[in-house]
Amino acid sequence: MAKKLMKGCEAIAEAAVQAGCRCYFGYPITPQTDIPEYLSARMPEVGGVFVQAESEIAAANMVYGAAGAGARVMTSSSSPGISLKQEALSTIAGAELPCVVLNVMRGGPGIGGIAPSQGDYYQATRGGGHGDYRQIVLAPASVQEAADIMYGSFALADKYRMIVMVLADGFIGQMMEPVDLPMGATPEVEKPWAATGWTPESDRPRAVINSLYIKEPDLTKLHERFAARYAEIEANEVRYEAYQLEDAEFVIYAYGTMARICKSAIAILANEGIKVGMVRPITLWPFPTKAVYEAAALDSVKSTLTVEISAGQMFDDVRIGVNGVKPTEFLGYAGSKIPTVDEIVAKIKSMKGVE
Amino acid sequence: MLQEIIFAGFGGQGVLLMGQILSLGALEQGNEVSWLPSYGPEMRGGTANCSVVISDTPIGSPLVLKPNAAVVMNQPSMEKFEDAITPGGVMLVNSSIIPLKAHREDITTHYVPCNAIAEELGNAKVANVVMLGAYIGATGAVSFDAVMAAIRAKFAGKKAALIEINEKALRAGMDAVK
Repeated sequence: MAKKLMKGCEAIAEAAVQAGCRCYFGYPITPQTDIPEYLSARMPEVGGVFVQAESEIAAANMVYGAAGAGARVMTSSSSPGISLKQEALSTIAGAELPCVVLNVMRGGPGIGGIAPSQGDYYQATRGGGHGDYRQIVLAPASVQEAADIMYGSFALADKYRMIVMVLADGFIGQMMEPVDLPMGATPEVEKPWAATGWTPESDRPRAVINSLYIKEPDLTKLHERFAARYAEIEANEVRYEAYQLEDAEFVIYAYGTMARICKSAIAILANEGIKVGMVRPITLWPFPTKAVYEAAALDSVKSTLTVEISAGQMFDDVRIGVNGVKPTEFLGYAGSKIPTVDEIVAKIKSMKGVE
Repeated sequence: MLQEIIFAGFGGQGVLLMGQILSLGALEQGNEVSWLPSYGPEMRGGTANCSVVISDTPIGSPLVLKPNAAVVMNQPSMEKFEDAITPGGVMLVNSSIIPLKAHREDITTHYVPCNAIAEELGNAKVANVVMLGAYIGATGAVSFDAVMAAIRAKFAGKKAALIEINEKALRAGMDAVK
């Protein structure tokens, strides 16, 4: 199929439909309102359900219900709206339900701004809601990758019975790029745990969807299941892009659109004879800790630079990964101020000690 | 080839559409392309701009801060972007409504009275496509045929009657910078 020029939000929404998502519950917020707009027309075409809820938390609770009934379901929002959903997301995590949540990040805290940001890394990778749980977090760097990630997220959520968060920045949502849309439903897994209607004649126990584990050792057992699941995910689901690491003198760590901006800087530096490589995490959890370490540990590498549209959130995970094997520096700003190509070039040159 | 372009003007002048048509044309001729709108609390009559990057190789930053071409449809846009253009770059000025002359001597500036040309063609709304014609005429970044294929795709169906006037506008824009 020929590539189509599509806006990120629309490509993501169509990829969700292609993957078999038939339930969408959401509430409008810039810069991702194109997603509910697109799905409000598209879901009825495929026999799906589209509801613009009365609030973000209501939408997230509808996700809880649909997921509990075994549906492929998603919601989307932007940063302030994702905060509003967290009560339900913690409940979904506690009930071991699969769903996909898209956050098209804008600047915060509070209502913040509407320009692109990466300020929700901590919230996405450290749980978001309360209670010592994880969600799989994937960060696309192009419209094509955003569509591919969204397409794969439903099967991933089903496989591990947990939340998959697609963490995009405002650029990804609003940008148009050529995209080859993935087609055909992704593999569904059996969901014997789903509450699909029980009668005394049913040949299975009554399904109960709940996140209350008041009797010990029930809660401990839940967390033992989590621990086993998380270990499996950390072993099998880590994704990253290793870029021009051979003979690199410096390594950049960046994700999402910020990594694209870094690639432009890397090209300029290469023309001036300064070799810079990059590790771009695609899964933010599970974080590519080993790849981050191995790049820093290369003999050719003198030091490393992390670049984010935040005050330095992924930088914490990078420092855990690098583990002191080489110096770690940071370039970035809180809010929506974007580190520029020129600033990245200047920073690397200052690290090299040249003007 | 790496073209980094900013299209800028008032909301309603069709600057985002110009960028989209060019992007479609670039895709049509087999290039890598990205289109990024500046989005904000903007409305008709406010300023709007978009970054378009066209390349032979995968595109790094889709955000253009130092364009090698800027298409400015109104005076605030010219004031905002003239200094950002890289040396040796190109600026296309909508001289129908911008009385200013470029102060930069290290760029090539084309003055295109695109509103007047569009009105002569009989449809004031195609001023943006006249300017797009001037851009491809001045830079050769995307071929006439590829942009026409994009216009045909964009105006397919109910709007097909508009293809002819847009073709004339595109050609008139190219002629204006010959």
